[in-house]
Amino acid sequence: MAVTTQVPGSSSLLERLQRPRVIIALMLVMWLPLMTYVMFGNYLGQQLKDLILLPAIPATFLLWLVAVISWRESWVAVLGVTLVFFWLLVAVSAPYLPLIDPNKPIAPFTVPGLERKGHYFILGADLKGRDMLSRTLWGCQRVLVWGVTATLVAYIIGSMLGLLAGYLAGWWDEVISFISNVLLSFPVMVLYILILNYLGPSGFNIVIAVTFASAPAIMRIVRGLTLDMKSRDYIFAAQTRGEHPLWIMLVELLPNARGPIIVDACLRLGYTTVAITTLTFLGLGLPPPDPDWGLMIKEAAKVAMLWKFSYMLLIPALAVSSLILGFNLMADGLREMSLKD
Amino acid sequence: MLKLIFRRLLQMLLIMAVVSFILFLVFDSDKFKKQIATAELGGFAVSTLSEEDYQKWLAKKGLDVPFHERYVKWVLDVLRGDFGQSFEKNTSVASLIGERLINTGILAFWVFALMIPLSLTLGVLAGMKEGSFQDRTLSFIAVFTTSIPEIATAIILTVILALGLGWLPTKSAMISGWDWKQLVLPVLTLVVYDFGYVARMTRASMAEVMTSQYIRTAVLKGIPYRRVIMKHALRNALIAPFTIIVLQLNWLLSGVVVVEVFFEYNGFGKLLLEAALFGDVYVIQAATLIAVFVAVLSQIISDVGYTFLNPRIRFS
Repeated sequence: MAVTTQVPGSSSLLERLQRPRVIIALMLVMWLPLMTYVMFGNYLGQQLKDLILLPAIPATFLLWLVAVISWRESWVAVLGVTLVFFWLLVAVSAPYLPLIDPNKPIAPFTVPGLERKGHYFILGADLKGRDMLSRTLWGCQRVLVWGVTATLVAYIIGSMLGLLAGYLAGWWDEVISFISNVLLSFPVMVLYILILNYLGPSGFNIVIAVTFASAPAIMRIVRGLTLDMKSRDYIFAAQTRGEHPLWIMLVELLPNARGPIIVDACLRLGYTTVAITTLTFLGLGLPPPDPDWGLMIKEAAKVAMLWKFSYMLLIPALAVSSLILGFNLMADGLREMSLKD
Repeated sequence: MLKLIFRRLLQMLLIMAVVSFILFLVFDSDKFKKQIATAELGGFAVSTLSEEDYQKWLAKKGLDVPFHERYVKWVLDVLRGDFGQSFEKNTSVASLIGERLINTGILAFWVFALMIPLSLTLGVLAGMKEGSFQDRTLSFIAVFTTSIPEIATAIILTVILALGLGWLPTKSAMISGWDWKQLVLPVLTLVVYDFGYVARMTRASMAEVMTSQYIRTAVLKGIPYRRVIMKHALRNALIAPFTIIVLQLNWLLSGVVVVEVFFEYNGFGKLLLEAALFGDVYVIQAATLIAVFVAVLSQIISDVGYTFLNPRIRFS
């Protein structure tokens, strides 16, 4: 962030912020601390753990601003991106918000808006007496980090396979297409259950399961796009120059296929978030006791079947819905805009 | 066409063979044998069990036979129609799965019976006039309902209809006999989650047909608008939704898992999850193969149906 504000130039600050290189830098500043915090938080020292998310807060805010300004023509996309960035902002700033410890049992079954044992529960407390508000806000960290990581890994593997199958054709295509046909013939949830049951419930295993479930579909999309672009002039030009096939795939083909890929990625982020929450609810996703929306639903579903305690189920359900609605609206708005051009 | 169907069926058999082999291999590991032992005898008993007694237990369950012998025996049994015995429930897998499949079948029937007319009507209404007020409202509702995951839809509907208004029971375990009231919430959840997607696809298809030349000709000839829609537009506009609806069968098989677990409905999805958590090899084998069979079959039906319904492809 400091770099962007000190670069002298004639263009306005906002225009400078919209450059791809700056956006990528901002994304890294936002994402890397968050990922480290959630995945490897226990290995960091307490002091480092307290400070690591600080630079991510302004980066997230700036990214949201840039996204809103560059997509302002579509209110659907703006609404979606705002919902997503609300949760991202909560995720990076959760350690600094004045919240009660989400894992500390205080007063079980406290309904919203009551004060008990010296704490005011805005959204009530769950069956073990932990504060719902802080559990809901903390819960978005794990879903976001694992969901985005899993989608990213699935995308890297899926698009590599798609490029190989589409560009090299022949045996590559036959083998990759058969494997993905086998995987695609499973109902997704069945595949998730089988893989996670074999590997055991953990974040990294979710990444593996999501990769197995989504990479074949991504591969199909990328393969189709590659087949479509393979006969364009600029590919022939690159071939005539004697470029390496790998270079052609990564530098010539992949960037030109980015439009449909980005829209699909937004949708797939939504699917992955749903999958992680659902799997945690089924007892196959992220392990307890850290706060997580799926876990909150799982725990409350056994005891909260009364109107009075329905907030325990409703709050995590609404939270996860709003995040997924954000991803879907973003995808919708982006598609709308890409059709206009 | 027959050649196409034949090729796809052959591919399906190959896929099912590969899947069953991999599953058998996975569940043959020591880890899973231990898991079955733990589930049956209890964790404490297993940890104090001597190696000799463990081997005896394996022999009793027929798990000590080498992998290839068990697999060949299983394949031959399946070809004779015998899917083996469930470790957990001590009944034959075929009768267990058959019973659960009927329950899920009833659920699926009502979901489709409600979802198809609802989503087609809404889709056609939205697609008739692209960009109009009704189009935008319906599209927004469709995005909204599909964005809410099934688990959240289930919760919201339960809280409103069962906990708040008290009209319906919260669980659908059907312990004291069959009760249609207990079926309402699972069906409603699946319909609310799914109709939006089909409606949007119908809308896209309808909107595309409405911009075509022959519809403009029909309108300009002075045919009443109603008849243009009913006689001319619908026929072409409903081809694409057909394939999508058939493919929803595949989606339903993964969608039912969470709904059945949440409402404790004794169906196929719940059985699959229970069997996976228990390590009940033969039940998982059979259930997965049925799931793959239904999924691939629905893909074939949708492909063939599309070719059959669309004369431009059929006669070319």
